[in-house]
Amino acid sequence: MKRAAVTFLFIGMAVVTLAFLALPVVAIFTHTSPGRLLDQLSNPVVKDAFEVSLKTSVLAQAAIVLFGTPTAYLLASSRFPGHSLAVTLVELPLVLPPAVAGVGLLVAFGHVGLLGSSLDALGISIPFTQTAVTVAVAYVASPLYIRQGIAAFEATDPNLTAASRTLGASPLRTFFRIVLPLARGGLMAGLALSFARGLGEFGATIMFAGSLQHVTQTLPLAIYAEFDQNFNAMLAMSGVLVVISVVLLLGLRIGLTWQGSHSKRSLFLFGPSVSG
Amino acid sequence: MARLTLEEVVVPLRSFSLRLNLEVRSTFALVGPSGAGKTTVLRAVAGLVRPQSGRIRSDDDVWFDSDRGTALPPDQRPVGLVFQDYALFPHMTVRQNVEYSRHHKADEYLKRFSIRHLEGAHPGDLSGGERQRVALARALARDPDVLLLDEPLSALDAHTKADVRTELQRLLAGLGIPVLLVTHDFEDAAALADQVGVIVEGELRQTGTPGELVAHPTDPFVASFTGANLLNGHAESSGDTTSVRLADGTVITTVGAGVGDVVLAVYPWDITVSTAPPNDSAMNLITGPVGSIAELGNRVRITVGAVTAEITADSLHRLDLRLGQTAFASFKATGTRIVANGKPASYSSS
Repeated sequence: MKRAAVTFLFIGMAVVTLAFLALPVVAIFTHTSPGRLLDQLSNPVVKDAFEVSLKTSVLAQAAIVLFGTPTAYLLASSRFPGHSLAVTLVELPLVLPPAVAGVGLLVAFGHVGLLGSSLDALGISIPFTQTAVTVAVAYVASPLYIRQGIAAFEATDPNLTAASRTLGASPLRTFFRIVLPLARGGLMAGLALSFARGLGEFGATIMFAGSLQHVTQTLPLAIYAEFDQNFNAMLAMSGVLVVISVVLLLGLRIGLTWQGSHSKRSLFLFGPSVSG
Repeated sequence: MARLTLEEVVVPLRSFSLRLNLEVRSTFALVGPSGAGKTTVLRAVAGLVRPQSGRIRSDDDVWFDSDRGTALPPDQRPVGLVFQDYALFPHMTVRQNVEYSRHHKADEYLKRFSIRHLEGAHPGDLSGGERQRVALARALARDPDVLLLDEPLSALDAHTKADVRTELQRLLAGLGIPVLLVTHDFEDAAALADQVGVIVEGELRQTGTPGELVAHPTDPFVASFTGANLLNGHAESSGDTTSVRLADGTVITTVGAGVGDVVLAVYPWDITVSTAPPNDSAMNLITGPVGSIAELGNRVRITVGAVTAEITADSLHRLDLRLGQTAFASFKATGTRIVANGKPASYSSS
């Protein structure tokens, strides 16, 4: 009797939790008719924001993968003086308030900033350009990729790299043929998380790049700008971000399941558990 | 045949240092308890561990020389290393694994190791014996000058082990390159290698053929490692023979010479077990309860008091022994050896 009551209590609480989490997402799609939402996708503000978001996200993520992958491998495979400091540095943007990150970027790369005069001399001006959006997104989203990358590289069996070396493979060949394929699932998961975080970036971007339509106004910034202008446009953009988030989350799950069973080659959308 | 030489190789490990001189001409087995530094020897030869000092050569090719500052990276040393867990690449097929070393000899080796039918399978789908064949094929496809095997039989279940051991024996005999293997099992070492070195805490205690180690162990560890029972006692010489009084008062007669505290080695296969005391008063006799009975195929290892005897399964059935029952273990004076003279031994068999 008592046990049944506890079970019901738990189920009831779980139902409340799930409903609470689902309601806002459902509301975005039910507040206005789907037809009106779809109409808004041709709204120039929406189109511009989508374009800016896509372009800066792709560039930022490419930079994150290019620089973050070797960094993660180095941090995972070697111990050196200052290792913990380096890891802390990598993780810092994760806990730093985005607005603070934006201020930091401004005083680092701005005209009066740390590197401002050097950049000016080179004729480069970053703040309030699309480059600034990319820089802000890369700064804020990189820890998610690098952290996941460190975990993925640490999980690869060191005997496999040793075996590769004794079979005559150079360190570089070993990295590309053994280490990278085995860490791929984890890296893809990291990329999905990083992409999602970058797409939602607001604080650092508005501080460092401003919110200029067609130039620096990303989807989240446009959503905020349309708040008292065009409610349906705001809903449509929110809907787009919800869809992208769900797709990324599914991709993440596939990625992690893949990493856990790369020898089996089967893909379970929802594995027994997702562990980082 | 080529020759692998390790001279004054020193590798500091956590609680001791590996110090080794070794010359491998045909098949050499390093045996020792786990944690003796066996695997480190292989890793040093392969270039995965850098010794503090010493020289490692394959014939006249210097792979490592601390004085000259030579240390070839692993990919430049022609070694085939078979890892204890085989370390097959899980994301590659059997064929891709064998092909990995860039020598386009995969077909030859797939055929030679009878794994061609598995070429499309992934390592995760193979049995232990199959994995080992793939690992050997992969290592040998590189055409190495030296083959290194790390505990080649330990990842296999008892059933497969016997078959694989025979298979491996045949392979190693026909290889024509020096083979250095490490194992914690003296029986495996004796089956696979011509020369066996017993290594304890990074140092070689004794080197010889398996037969030599069994017949003339020079220290208690080697004796216990080769399977001997060790009995601690106090020796009193009496004419041609030596009488050794054990802690429980039993007196053992041995032909070896010794004074003071000694350690006696008695091999299980030299011990006869009976349910009644034997008539022959010249035999050494140990009386005690049957402590354990372990069947190993058609042989049985049975513990009587402080000694373990090896008898046939038929004998066990004839004697109808039960655990706890009192039994008699008898052995000749010539079946005993004094392996430590005048010092208390604290070695235990592994």
